[in-house]
Amino acid sequence: MTRKWDLTGIESWEAARYPVGISCPDAGNAVDYITGGWRSERPVWDAEKCKNCLICWINCPDSSIVVEQQQMTGIDLDHCKGCGICAQVCPFGALDMHLESEFTRGDA
Amino acid sequence: MAELTEIRWHARAGQGAVTAATLVAETALLQDKYIQAMPEYGPERTGAPLKAYTRVCDEPIEVHNNITNPQIVIVMDETLLPLVDVMEGITEDGAVILNTRMTPAEARAKLKAPSSVKVATVDATGIAIDTIKRDIPNTPIVGALSAVTGLVPVDKVKEKLVQTFGEKFSQAIIDANLESVDRAYKEVQVG
Amino acid sequence: MATQTTISATGNLLIAEAYRQVEPDVIAAYPITPQTTIVEAYAKYVADGRVHTELVTVESEHSSMSACIGASAAGARTATATSSQGFAYMYEELPIAAGMRLPIVMANANRAISAPINIHADHSDVMSARDTGWIMLFAEDAQDAYDNTVMSFRIAENPAVRLPVITALDGFITTHAMERAQLMDDETVKSFAGQYVPPEALLDTENPISVGMFAEDRFYTAGHLSTRRAIDGAASIIKEIGDEWGALCGRPFNAVNAYRCEDADYVIVIIGSAAGNVRHVVNELRDQGKKVGVASIRVYRPFPYQELAQAIGHAKAIGVMDRSESFGAQNGPLGLDVHTALYGQTQAPVRDYIYGLGGLDVTLDLIRQVYADLEETESIVPDPGVIYLGIN
Repeated sequence: MTRKWDLTGIESWEAARYPVGISCPDAGNAVDYITGGWRSERPVWDAEKCKNCLICWINCPDSSIVVEQQQMTGIDLDHCKGCGICAQVCPFGALDMHLESEFTRGDA
Repeated sequence: MAELTEIRWHARAGQGAVTAATLVAETALLQDKYIQAMPEYGPERTGAPLKAYTRVCDEPIEVHNNITNPQIVIVMDETLLPLVDVMEGITEDGAVILNTRMTPAEARAKLKAPSSVKVATVDATGIAIDTIKRDIPNTPIVGALSAVTGLVPVDKVKEKLVQTFGEKFSQAIIDANLESVDRAYKEVQVG
Repeated sequence: MATQTTISATGNLLIAEAYRQVEPDVIAAYPITPQTTIVEAYAKYVADGRVHTELVTVESEHSSMSACIGASAAGARTATATSSQGFAYMYEELPIAAGMRLPIVMANANRAISAPINIHADHSDVMSARDTGWIMLFAEDAQDAYDNTVMSFRIAENPAVRLPVITALDGFITTHAMERAQLMDDETVKSFAGQYVPPEALLDTENPISVGMFAEDRFYTAGHLSTRRAIDGAASIIKEIGDEWGALCGRPFNAVNAYRCEDADYVIVIIGSAAGNVRHVVNELRDQGKKVGVASIRVYRPFPYQELAQAIGHAKAIGVMDRSESFGAQNGPLGLDVHTALYGQTQAPVRDYIYGLGGLDVTLDLIRQVYADLEETESIVPDPGVIYLGIN
């Protein structure tokens, strides 16, 4: 059962519709906040060099290293802010930071 | 307006004036009176001069200020006399009870008390040292108060004392305090 | 059947007793004169096993209010107590408690704020909370302190209110003076206070929520509007709860205690322990044929504007006695509220007197002086500023 707020028409809400104390009856909602747009650099993953040590997964502050069955499968670019920690900690050079502009020319 | 009795206590911190002010108030409460008991608050330093207050009334007490015109002044330490104007604001028909070995006449001269004011003396310190074995003249002075003013009957004072001290002290200490009350009740002199 | 016992107790002890009877789940507090004996007494109840409250002895008031907020958000019935600099130190959290709509109950022993340092009674500390969203009840004596504390849990937790409540009592004068008071039996208080069922709670893992979050402008404003509506609406709920408690204990509850005001030409408005001193002088002056009255404010937030205007709007001159300053404003806090209450209701002069700061004794002569002043004020255009009483 979803307890997510339906924010439809919030512009015309009566004040009484806002929750008391502005508490949110929908814990774990950070996923709805797309922070990928904050990024100026993008991590690029080289699956060949990756040994699946998952040090990047431990260190990523935004839980943006996608792992399935203990294998890294990619990067969640909707939430990655491009901080570069993953590239910094990778012992195998499997992650590299690239200017976001490289990907926005249309040839990404 | 209902009779309101106001007492001002002069003592040094450590002599038990607040306990005495409270004992009188709580004894009056046993007789269904309305009461207030409070020290004049300040930094507590043993030996420092302090004042405390007791109010007793048949009706609820509305005022919550310091007592400036007491009917009864109690001085628990005669060495305060050069330091504090204990007679300040006392009512014309008031009473002063002084812990001293002086006679009432000597005390009256020293206090420059007008003849309309009753002056009573009691060696509360001597009684305390005899009975309680310490210079804490607070319970004897309450015995003297009872004898001089009749504000609280001495048997009720003792009843309250047993109740209050019973929570904290041994039977020997309670007995010593009861004896001190009785002795001061008998030995206080009025002049 | 409600049974009351006549006891002698200080205001602080009566607050501790009220807390013991209601038995909050959590009390987090830090000692400060003249509040200390509240928590000291309560700590003994905990040590003696008479209550099962989680007593959190924090390292500062900043932490005590933080702990209270956490406990209350978790769903616990929560209380604390403080005074003066401690109150100032927890100020950062006061609007948080109100904004998160947490029904925390707090006793404040009203005391001067530094500088200079002073430990005695005035309202300089507690008045700084008047814009925070906390409901503020003032006690005139130890009995009021008890009654207000018992009621404050019900007020705070009322589903239409959900706001924290300060029960304020004057430092030393009310906190430490021993007075005669009526203590209600435990069962009656417990059943009056009832069980607290939080409408939402962090510990309710079936229904996870997030609280205390960042909010953008519209949400932020909506939060304020919701608090505004709640505290305005609290006035009638406070009255209902006060009447319910009044029926049990036999002591009537009024947001404004108007005494001999009906036909009064000269009225004083006051808060706190000095109200009885004024009533005393009113009786004395009435015996001399003077038409005087006094209105004391028990519920300061939400302020009883209409009740006050109704009670005193007909007076020829009004004196407000303020026990704290609002530097740079025309009057002290109460003076400003009285002006607002009377706006458009009367042309009568309203004079604001600053009294009793730092415990300065409120003698009956000072009050007589105010009434004499008001009689003269009627025929002149008075200075709209404040008049300091009792420093000479």
